[in-house]
Amino acid sequence: MSERLSVFKTYKLYVGGKFPRSESGRVYEVSDAKGNWLANAPLSSRKDARDAVVAARKAFGGWSGATAYNRGQILYRIAEMLEGCRDQFVAEVADAEGLSRSKATAQVEAAIDRWVWYAGWSDKVAQIAGGANPVAGPYFNLSSPEPTGVVAVLAPQKSSFLGLVSVIAPAVVTGNTTVVVASEKSPLPALSLGEVLATSDLPGGVVNVLSGRTAEIAAPLAAHQDVNALDLAGADAGLAKELEIAAADNLKRVLRPRTEDWGADPGTDRLLAFLETKTVWHPMGV
Amino acid sequence: MTFEYAPAPESRSVVDIAPSYGLFIDGEFAPAADGKVFKTVSPSSEEVLSEVAQATTDDVDRAVKAARKAFEKWSALPGAERAKYLFRIARIIQERSRELAVLESLDNGKPIRESRDADLPLVAAHFFYYAGWADKLDHAGYGPNPRALGVAGQVIPWNFPLLMLAWKIAPALATGNTVVLKPAETTPLSALFFADVCRQAGLPKGVVNILTGDGSTGAALVAHPDVNKVAFTGSTEVGKAIARTVAGTDKKLTLELGGKAANIVFDDAPIDQAVEGIVNGIFFNQGHVCCAGSRLLVQESVQDELLDALKRRMQTLRVGDPLDKNTDVGAINSAEQLARITELADAGEAEGAERWAPACELPSAGYWFAPTLFTGVTQAHRIAREEIFGPVLSVLTFRTPAEAVEKANNTPYGLSAGIWTEKGSRILWMANKLRAGVIWSNTFNKFDPASPFGGYKESGFGREGGRHGLEAYLDV
Repeated sequence: MSERLSVFKTYKLYVGGKFPRSESGRVYEVSDAKGNWLANAPLSSRKDARDAVVAARKAFGGWSGATAYNRGQILYRIAEMLEGCRDQFVAEVADAEGLSRSKATAQVEAAIDRWVWYAGWSDKVAQIAGGANPVAGPYFNLSSPEPTGVVAVLAPQKSSFLGLVSVIAPAVVTGNTTVVVASEKSPLPALSLGEVLATSDLPGGVVNVLSGRTAEIAAPLAAHQDVNALDLAGADAGLAKELEIAAADNLKRVLRPRTEDWGADPGTDRLLAFLETKTVWHPMGV
Repeated sequence: MTFEYAPAPESRSVVDIAPSYGLFIDGEFAPAADGKVFKTVSPSSEEVLSEVAQATTDDVDRAVKAARKAFEKWSALPGAERAKYLFRIARIIQERSRELAVLESLDNGKPIRESRDADLPLVAAHFFYYAGWADKLDHAGYGPNPRALGVAGQVIPWNFPLLMLAWKIAPALATGNTVVLKPAETTPLSALFFADVCRQAGLPKGVVNILTGDGSTGAALVAHPDVNKVAFTGSTEVGKAIARTVAGTDKKLTLELGGKAANIVFDDAPIDQAVEGIVNGIFFNQGHVCCAGSRLLVQESVQDELLDALKRRMQTLRVGDPLDKNTDVGAINSAEQLARITELADAGEAEGAERWAPACELPSAGYWFAPTLFTGVTQAHRIAREEIFGPVLSVLTFRTPAEAVEKANNTPYGLSAGIWTEKGSRILWMANKLRAGVIWSNTFNKFDPASPFGGYKESGFGREGGRHGLEAYLDV
């Protein structure tokens, strides 16, 4: 009896809650750390990037307006869903990053735990980032954090899953919506994450995942007038500078690339990076 | 019967302006490297007040080196000691507040009532507030022992010269940074007087350096490779240029830029209070306020009543001598700004909005613009979209709260907004929907050192004031 022929997966983008191919019809070869072919991934175009921004903007009102409790529940649900398909992600991360099974397992487990860590932040961040201000007069004065808006995220190039989750979760837990550019060389875990997000009660458009050439997709995102912020985690120094200059056109908030240990305690840096502070005054009187 | 006001001038004798000033670098006043100077005039009379140095790239370099040299000791000083310097500065400002208020009104053109009752008290309060943070940074929510960034390059505007200096210098010094500050070209004097306050306070040399000059000085400062932090308040256009300049560097950047705030009046609002708020919102400081309520959004059902009351109130505004204690609206800061306001107001008329201003005699010398109201303004008009930065109010109308939100947010800016209604739940709903950094409900243009200030979108990023204001100067 011959061995069963496996069924390959067609990897697709995740945009607006749907799984389109690139509008350009282009794909590129993705191979493992040893150079063996893994899959053809969509090679996203500038138009795909713009479509993803439209989807993210459309989702912003609902997601930022959802209760913090609800957003936390949904992030926790993502962790639950991921837990159920650990093996798939372990295999994909092992292939993508050339890791042993045990090391890949550690990455996936850390990524799942990261969703749980950020899930809990949803209804606490306002209490550490905001507060009452004792102004010198008869006024109620309160500062609260609010999401910045649509955040374009260049996911880390090397850490294809833990790094990816470490940049998406802090942006969305506070109510931002995102357009995520997956690791150029290792996009498959990111594209598979889209499938998990689609079944985790996360509204379509909150996270949009594009694969392709980082520089090609990032340029229209950095210049896009309806993108409010840019996370350059996955950009090298040259690209980062170019994108930061383009981002100045509408004063996007820019998080520059830096040396990261994605396995370390994430702290609150990324959580607080894409927040605006709103301060409300009202007179007191009878 | 009408009451006439007798002139009530504040005396100029309290302030002694030298005929010329150098750059304040490393604790000493010195001329610019190439000896260039420019004149600063009083916008209410066009009288030349003094001559100040035009700092060159070499001067910028010298000032940054002085600040760098001072940084090592200043940042290592116990917070409690830095705090005491700042407390000293706050006290000296209080002591010299009459002098500084008169100086500010002379150089800027703002009414003495505002420089005396708003600017100077807020300047002193800002130093007091941040003085208290200097030895409590471990508890500010940025982790244990947060570190200073280094040398801060700060560029400030002409609308609140000394107050913007305080907003920049107080948090920078409290957190252990040293400073090179460039005041605006048209209002350099109060920053130079502040140098003397630093001298009286015994502040170590090089901790604060003041460079007067034009835009080229500011550009050289923000581009200097040994500056670690850039803080700018001014136009959105220049803010974007600065953001491009610092791209690809490690410089931390905060920007406080323009605005086109909506002041939204619902039909249940107390009309008289709303009118006071509208007037304060747009005519305070001649409308030279980035958070000015320059778009009045009034609910259709009360439009006539509100506009009648507003016009009545505008007729009582006294425009004239900034040093007269009864003056409500002072001089436009410069001929250049007057030209910009005039051009935009003319564009308002040309595009079809209806212009109204109270009968108002303007002085013959100096730069003046009467408080002006435009009705019939649409969202497409330039006067509804562009920051005028003058005493010009554009009136638009709305029917529903949702429409008010839509119109208020229909701008690339997002600095401030006002809401006038007696209904609490509506205030909170509106405040939640408005994309702006400061929301004044049933009040407007209130400032406090404890209250974070700053914008959304193209009004910039980062906050000044409060605990939030520390972040801009810490390595966090």
